[in-house]
Amino acid sequence: MDFDLNESQGMLQDSVRKLLSDKYGFENRKAYLASETGWSRDLWAQYADLGLLGLPFDEEDGGFGGGGEEVMIVAEQMGRHITLEPWLSTVVLGGGFLRHGAAADLRADMVAGVAGGGVLLAFAQQERQSRYDLHDVATTAKKDGASWVITGRKGMVLHGDTADHFIVTARISGNRRDKGGIGVFLVPAKAEGVAVRGFRQVDGSRAAEVEFSDARAEHALGTPEDGLALVDKVVDEAIAALAAEAIGAMDVVHAMTLDYMKTRQQFGKPIGSFQALQHKAADMLVAIEQSRSMAYFATMAARDPDAAERRRNMHAVKAQIGRSQRLVGQEAIQLHGGIAMTMEYAAGHYFKRLTVNEASFGDTDFHLRSLSDLGGLVQAA
Amino acid sequence: MELRFTDEERAFRQEVRDFLAAECPDATRQHMIAGKSPTKEMVVEWQRKLNKRGWAAPEWPKDHGGPGWTPAQKYIFREELQMWPAPSPLGFNINMCGPVIIEFGTPEQKARFLPRMLNLDDWWCQGFSEPGAGSDLAGLKTRAVRDGDHWVINGQKTWTTLAQHADWIFVLARTDPAAKKQEGISFFLVDMKTPGITVRPIVTIEGGHEVNEVFFDDVKVPLDHLVGQENKGWDCAKFLLGNERFGQARVGASRERIRRLKIIARETMDGDRPLIEDPEFRRQMTEMEIELKALEMTVMRVIANETKRAGTGKPDPATSVLKIKGTEIQQGVSELLMKAAGPYAWVDGDPDAEGTNEWDVAPDWAFGLAGVYFNWRKQSIYGGSNEIQRNIMAKAFLGL
Repeated sequence: MDFDLNESQGMLQDSVRKLLSDKYGFENRKAYLASETGWSRDLWAQYADLGLLGLPFDEEDGGFGGGGEEVMIVAEQMGRHITLEPWLSTVVLGGGFLRHGAAADLRADMVAGVAGGGVLLAFAQQERQSRYDLHDVATTAKKDGASWVITGRKGMVLHGDTADHFIVTARISGNRRDKGGIGVFLVPAKAEGVAVRGFRQVDGSRAAEVEFSDARAEHALGTPEDGLALVDKVVDEAIAALAAEAIGAMDVVHAMTLDYMKTRQQFGKPIGSFQALQHKAADMLVAIEQSRSMAYFATMAARDPDAAERRRNMHAVKAQIGRSQRLVGQEAIQLHGGIAMTMEYAAGHYFKRLTVNEASFGDTDFHLRSLSDLGGLVQAA
Repeated sequence: MELRFTDEERAFRQEVRDFLAAECPDATRQHMIAGKSPTKEMVVEWQRKLNKRGWAAPEWPKDHGGPGWTPAQKYIFREELQMWPAPSPLGFNINMCGPVIIEFGTPEQKARFLPRMLNLDDWWCQGFSEPGAGSDLAGLKTRAVRDGDHWVINGQKTWTTLAQHADWIFVLARTDPAAKKQEGISFFLVDMKTPGITVRPIVTIEGGHEVNEVFFDDVKVPLDHLVGQENKGWDCAKFLLGNERFGQARVGASRERIRRLKIIARETMDGDRPLIEDPEFRRQMTEMEIELKALEMTVMRVIANETKRAGTGKPDPATSVLKIKGTEIQQGVSELLMKAAGPYAWVDGDPDAEGTNEWDVAPDWAFGLAGVYFNWRKQSIYGGSNEIQRNIMAKAFLGL
């Protein structure tokens, strides 16, 4: 058991921390948010320079050979600044599909572009009826010669408005909620029959509604008809990254709350001297420490070769951190009082990101129910 | 970063399991699976087996009879015992008084008391709390006055767990009433057979006799039974309480109880299906399991830090989580076990007593579950109530 970073991991953490401390203050973030893309192309290039965009890819594919720990380190720092760039969608989700699902020649084609910052990816899986079920897929894929023809409508596609390629789940066979018969396809955003409408989410991230009308995909990822296993694996890696992001955001909003409690005076003393408020702040710390433990657990669990075991553990991670981030977000607002209700103040922005993070790839209720349907964690012998 | 146990640690876990399988009496195990506290005889028998194996005091340094384990091994040992389940080494001897004597005691005190603690030749109990000194322990009033070649103790202790079994008691008493409250206290070792000591049982809400009042009426204590320096007993007390933090997580014990709960929920019908198929009940179990998994990882982090920062004395904020979460989970699981029994949890009687279910009014597994639930409400009160824990966190880690 060793929770320490090794030397190169420490350097990675330092370099990301330094970049974001310099370039991602709350005022910088407001400016990125107000820009046309809604995030910073300039920073994106600097992420590429630091190796953050090629991080998880194998060195032979042109990446940096980082593992779950490296992704966790970066995601946590990004959570601390609630960054707006499409790192999760391009590198963790898109990258995950390329790493686990793309043939060698396609990887050779794509990884250099992603690592260099020139290629952006987005995962198009959500449908109006599917809620949190990754296997609920109405979008269809029909084989046509060597390629596939995709038809359907995907929603809440994170960073879909700037993506160069979509990774799309589509049904090859079976009924809408069957677990088999799902394929995963790579569709260029510029392909004929792809319509994209971008918008902003409540947490500041960009997203898009994407309509595929007989859009042509040249590449299927993973095994056609058995794409769900691939989707589950990649989503579990994303859940580990989201866990780390949540830790970063919770740490910052907690520290912000403590600072405020020490300076804000009422009844002639700092509000942090009141026991009722101290206990709430202590409960936030308990929740954060339990979540930090689960974020470590997530990086270990996400690479478990036993898929069923991996899923169970990731449900636990998501449910535990989900409850914690809800508590931490809500109490941060409450302990601040009115000031945190203003758009001008940072705490509310952290609360909004934590709220979206909680429900990304399934909210707390969903994961609790899923884990409990699978029999929980403790084996009854 | 390496988040798994090493091969050596896994081999050690197996070694502990093999020892449990070979040496832990089945009667003791079955008694504990049923949710009862082990009897005095069971604890003594087991402690002596551990001592024979050299495992009686996982936390003690090697030269005083400890096994010289790493923090990870200590954790594995503790967890395997709790999961079996088997009695843990007696806390009063091994985790409380023993370490104080090792840290502050004279060579004579060490030679006289430590070997007998290891072998449970002496059963110790803790004389800290008083009617007027609970969370505010330093407000204690029991007095010790020096009179020639001995001290004379007068006062009253309360919540003294298992004093009815005890041969010795370690006592905090005020030796300088003029000093500031933490600075006039000393730490004494007192033979329970000394004239002037009276033990009076306190029966708790579930009907059990676990705790006691202990009265001291002109109790004479030899001068060399004071540990550490006169008026510096608070240092001993703080040291002792600081050693408690791992013990309170009890991850293995909660896992064993959840396992038990699942077996019961599978075998108990709820309408036309087993209780475990009720989504609401199952979800409540799952919530406990999730927090327990997080707690287990938190314990690992504390252990890893312990190894790394040995001796720096820098507290880890994660340690404060252990008491609060550990007790919340244990209490939560005890409540689910009671719920699983439904109305059959209501048969009154001391859950630890034998033969109280002789008319077979409730299934054997259900008998006494409400009693355990009632009894375990103590967990968030003792060892520094969970509210005191939050005060400590606010001061030590949050800077409030």
